[in-house]
Amino acid sequence: MSSLFAVEAAPEVSFTNEASWILENVWLIPALPALSFFLIIFFGKRLKFGGAEIGISAVGLAFLLAVFANGSWWDHRDNYDGPAYSALNGEIDTHHGDDHSEDALGATITVDGQIENVLLTAEEGEGGESHPAVAVLKKMDWFENGGESFSVGTLLDGPSVIMLFVVTTISLMVHVYSTDYVAGDRRYTHYFAFLSLFTASMLAYVLSSSILQMIVAWELVGLCSFALIGHWWEEKPNSDAALKAFMTNRVGDIGLLVGMVILFFSAGGTFDVVEINEKAMAGEISQTALTWTAISLTAAVMSKSGQFVLHTWLPDAMAGPTPVSALIHAATLVVAGVFLIARLYPVFFLGFSIEGSSINGLALIGSITVVFGGLLAFVQNDIKKVLAYSTVSQLGYMVLALGVGAWTAAIFHLFTHAFFKAGLFLGSGSVAHAVHSFDMKKDMGGMRTYMPTTFKTFLICSIALAGVFPTAGFWSKDEILVGTGGLGVGSDAANGSYHLMLVMGLIGAALTGAYMTRAIYLTFFGEFRGHGEPHESGPRILWPLRILAGFALFAGLLNLPPGFLAGSAKDPAGWQERLLHVTEPAAAYFPPIAHAVPSWTLAIVASIVGLLGPAIAYWYYFIKVDGLAKETGEKLTELPNGLVAKNKLAATGHAFLKNKYYLDHLYEDVIVAGVKGPIARAAAWSNKRILDNVIDTAGKTAVQAGRFIYDKIDQGLIEGLVNGSGALSTESGQGLRKLQTGKVQQYAALLFAGATILAGIFIVLI
Amino acid sequence: MEISEWGLTAAIFIPLIGALVMMFFPKSEEGTHKVIALATSLIVAAIGVVLLFDFDYDRAGEMQWTQSVEWIEIIDAQYLVGIDGMSLPLLMLTMLITPLVIIYSWNHFPSPHNPKAFLILTLVLHTGMIGSFVARDLVLFFVFFEVVLLPMFFMIAVWGGEDRKYASLKFFLYTLFGSALMLVSFLALYFLAGGDTFSIVGLAEAVADNGVSRNAQIWIFGGMLLGFGIKVPMFPFHTWLPDAHTQAPTQGSVILAAVLLKLGTYGFVRIAIPILPEAAVVWAPWIGLLACIGIIYGALGCLAQTDMKRLIAFSSVAHMGYVMLGIATLTDWGINAAIFGMVAHGLITGMLFFVAGSVKERYHTLEIQRLGGLLISAPRMGWILGFISMASLGLPGLAGFWGEFPAILAAYNPANGLPIGLFRVYMVVAALGTVLAAGYLLWLLQRTAMGTPSEEFIDNPEITDTHREEWIAWTPLLILILVFGLVPGLIFNTTDPAVELQLSECLSVETEDKANFDVGLCEAQGIEAALASLGTVSTADGE
Repeated sequence: MSSLFAVEAAPEVSFTNEASWILENVWLIPALPALSFFLIIFFGKRLKFGGAEIGISAVGLAFLLAVFANGSWWDHRDNYDGPAYSALNGEIDTHHGDDHSEDALGATITVDGQIENVLLTAEEGEGGESHPAVAVLKKMDWFENGGESFSVGTLLDGPSVIMLFVVTTISLMVHVYSTDYVAGDRRYTHYFAFLSLFTASMLAYVLSSSILQMIVAWELVGLCSFALIGHWWEEKPNSDAALKAFMTNRVGDIGLLVGMVILFFSAGGTFDVVEINEKAMAGEISQTALTWTAISLTAAVMSKSGQFVLHTWLPDAMAGPTPVSALIHAATLVVAGVFLIARLYPVFFLGFSIEGSSINGLALIGSITVVFGGLLAFVQNDIKKVLAYSTVSQLGYMVLALGVGAWTAAIFHLFTHAFFKAGLFLGSGSVAHAVHSFDMKKDMGGMRTYMPTTFKTFLICSIALAGVFPTAGFWSKDEILVGTGGLGVGSDAANGSYHLMLVMGLIGAALTGAYMTRAIYLTFFGEFRGHGEPHESGPRILWPLRILAGFALFAGLLNLPPGFLAGSAKDPAGWQERLLHVTEPAAAYFPPIAHAVPSWTLAIVASIVGLLGPAIAYWYYFIKVDGLAKETGEKLTELPNGLVAKNKLAATGHAFLKNKYYLDHLYEDVIVAGVKGPIARAAAWSNKRILDNVIDTAGKTAVQAGRFIYDKIDQGLIEGLVNGSGALSTESGQGLRKLQTGKVQQYAALLFAGATILAGIFIVLI
Repeated sequence: MEISEWGLTAAIFIPLIGALVMMFFPKSEEGTHKVIALATSLIVAAIGVVLLFDFDYDRAGEMQWTQSVEWIEIIDAQYLVGIDGMSLPLLMLTMLITPLVIIYSWNHFPSPHNPKAFLILTLVLHTGMIGSFVARDLVLFFVFFEVVLLPMFFMIAVWGGEDRKYASLKFFLYTLFGSALMLVSFLALYFLAGGDTFSIVGLAEAVADNGVSRNAQIWIFGGMLLGFGIKVPMFPFHTWLPDAHTQAPTQGSVILAAVLLKLGTYGFVRIAIPILPEAAVVWAPWIGLLACIGIIYGALGCLAQTDMKRLIAFSSVAHMGYVMLGIATLTDWGINAAIFGMVAHGLITGMLFFVAGSVKERYHTLEIQRLGGLLISAPRMGWILGFISMASLGLPGLAGFWGEFPAILAAYNPANGLPIGLFRVYMVVAALGTVLAAGYLLWLLQRTAMGTPSEEFIDNPEITDTHREEWIAWTPLLILILVFGLVPGLIFNTTDPAVELQLSECLSVETEDKANFDVGLCEAQGIEAALASLGTVSTADGE
């Protein structure tokens, strides 16, 4: 493509409700684990394997259906030729009568009665067909409000179908792994129940056809995260971590609720995802509304997907069992925020004016998170915390990618990251299982000799994470970097020129390799520093590791850039941009984003920069530290006279990182403690001392006034009330007795009489 | 005769008959009393079930099962009862809660025991509550509204905690004060509207036709605001509530939270707003303001509490704040949310009080610091507490969410004539309240249910898991919390037609305008503008 901001033709159709059986009944996929949740809760304890068998069967079945759905979608994507609809224009069967922007953009589909399978000649190297990707939408009534009916349903399209695959695959791996890892746990059954509920909620989330449904599922995954982080709630740090996760997410949820409300009204009172997106694309939602929505929703994304400054809950969330960290806090739940952006992409794309820009809020947050999250990984001794900060950093890449308009790159990175990060977490769990600790410096070291398979898989996943050619991480990270369109490197046809994002992305790549090198040295090299005799884990732990490492190696082949491994004559594109083709919605509810053309220069530069970090770390740990250790015979984890020890500035920086930028202090010691302490106490105090005092004083005054009247005027009728009020302060017993002995009628008479008089005064006055 | 002609009357008076029958049995025959009370409440519930099936949901906006009898002719008061989609969910809630409370009490009457008196009071309460929700005449409504007062007063004063006398009298006098103002308003309305009817519909028409002066409307609404607002309770009239709840026996707290508080909010949507729509528009920003203060203030109050029951009581102030915010928007979404919120709060907070009562019975204390490890000592009860805490903090998928979120949503775009900028500030404040709600509920859960039991309660044989009566009483509530959370249509579809019919006529809410709504307004009216609009309103009511 010659023009920098060239857009592809926007198809004018969005969805259909006719498709193959599985695509129409895709609700079965979340329904299975949901059913499993209830079965495990009610019957799990009585079963032989404590409910794990139900969970595994349900998720296994869901996995098979998800694979089936993926296959079916690939076919549907290219070959569907039934009726198709647009939320704005109903069934599309003719081309005329529309003077929307599609025409201005030069819609290329000629439709006669039906959508035809139009093959476009490859436009400027994009290749492939521009058959629209017609989403499959199935809905039913949920409730009625304000005279309108609102529906619940499934929206199946590229991003959701690939998420189905990711979630069920990782979930299945984690289920199998967990049967060994948490065997004999005090709450084995509950553990599996919540894994099921989480899987169901996450699957329901990615299939949501309305934003209201998304909110529901969004919170449910949060609930499961809460329950699983706090799985061992007997110990306070664990329940603290669970609370922190939930509360931080609640803070972001303010943005979610507000954003969705704005969207609801600005889209004319609808929760429907397709309709909202189409309206945004058609310019029916004002720019102001889109911007406010995008900003609000970004707050939600920041908390859920651990973006800088709301990321602090994520490392603490490692208090949960390790498989949970792999499934929830690395591969799936935390990408819910990323998926939110991807799902409502027109809102963000237009709201943040991503196209043709060089900076925006989303890209900025993402790029800051990439670097600042990565830096924190260097000072962690807990292997899971290294991985947690790495997750924060990688989520930053995804948000960055979405921020620069590289939608497919973000989804692609989400896809590959899920596998290698889950593999890393499960690998760290395997090590921790053997040494009964997560502390790399104290209890690990030299593990490669004890646990060869764990070591190999961990190494492969680390290489993938570092983005080294030709592993999965290389392809997805490269696509993000290219997508920034920064510095004129391979910026052809990107959505803008995001120079800063490219630089931050490159720095992040160097950091990633470096902290992983450090983690690998501390865990697997040097001398064993723990106690006892560690040994390799069993097959139920190793097989998931092997499979995930396999994905870490090969998943990148799914979306090779043009120029790599072209296919056969029958299918000229082959694996090139396969993921882009099947995932990116080519429909009226998706913005016509540009696709950056890959650049050899950038790939090489990125590889060099990406290897620079690990090289320095290698030099430090494998040569200097290891050498010194061998020389002195000590078990070293760092140089005793390193930079931090010698240089004051480095020491300050180190302390700054160790204290996690002091964000936790700010949140916990200042904000939370302030609200819980002085502010809450002030409210309680004012309640007691001011509001209550007013009432009590009024009561006492009434008593005194009554006494006065009784003494001076002696009017028997008022006696009851006086005594009644008197009881408020001192003579309570007496007042009670009076009421019980017939004064009630007097009170009633008094009340009615008084009320009538007052009403009279009232009427005269007004 | 069709049941639709006498069903509601039967439902109102059967509890009274049951109470009368119980009078004839000596105090010592406790078994008989329990059976009679339970049977009575179950018969009423059976009528409720018939009503549930007989109710024509396609005409949910109209009054059904109506009955009209001349009553006190000299003041034109009629015995006028009927039910529509707005009152049906609340009536059903009442009919459900009472038998459950009786079952819960079965072997666990609070000291000083005396089941006879306790159950008679419960049944009298039942009459008052049912009557309030079906009355269509202001005098009739007032009578039932007041009938509720005395049994609850005695329940707190006799079966309550240590400070019961103070709490019960405070409750009584405070509510009475509100009732007096309410009655004044009713009477003023009666005279100003022509003095020939007390029926709600009649008064609404009369006000619309005769044009009761705007000023008079505002004053009358103000009286009702105090009367209903105290019952809700709205900030700053809430201070009777924590005391009453803390001192009341478990059963009293449950009924108080589940049903009695709703009489106030119900009064707004059934009486105050339909009859005096113009005044409602004037007062709405103020109601919204108090609601928002209540949300934050109640939550902060919760955070400072050291007693579990008092914490739950304060949480009611916050939750009813959402209900009032929904009402203050004067939109269909807001009022639907309010009614859903009432039912949800009834189920959830009722459950919370049940659990608090059961904890108290086992631990003999509700001091949060001393509790802990409930999940270990009584795992099932601990999980139930976790479940309802989640429901109470408004987790989607459970009932609480549908009272909160739509209210927040409605505040974004209140009815015409209301200051938009101001209500958007309310929306954000209300959304902020959800964070605080999560805070106090989860900290409560953490301190009571998680962790390990303290020394004094380890291996205490008194601390047993949920027993049979508790299961019977709680299961329906737990199931409903989940079902309403997943299928909100069960309530929304019933209330919506009624709300539309009741409110769209008297408030010309331009629903079509929503479509072209521009968020730009949000910018134009910042907080200053919002505060300024409060000022405008205050001058308006000073006219």
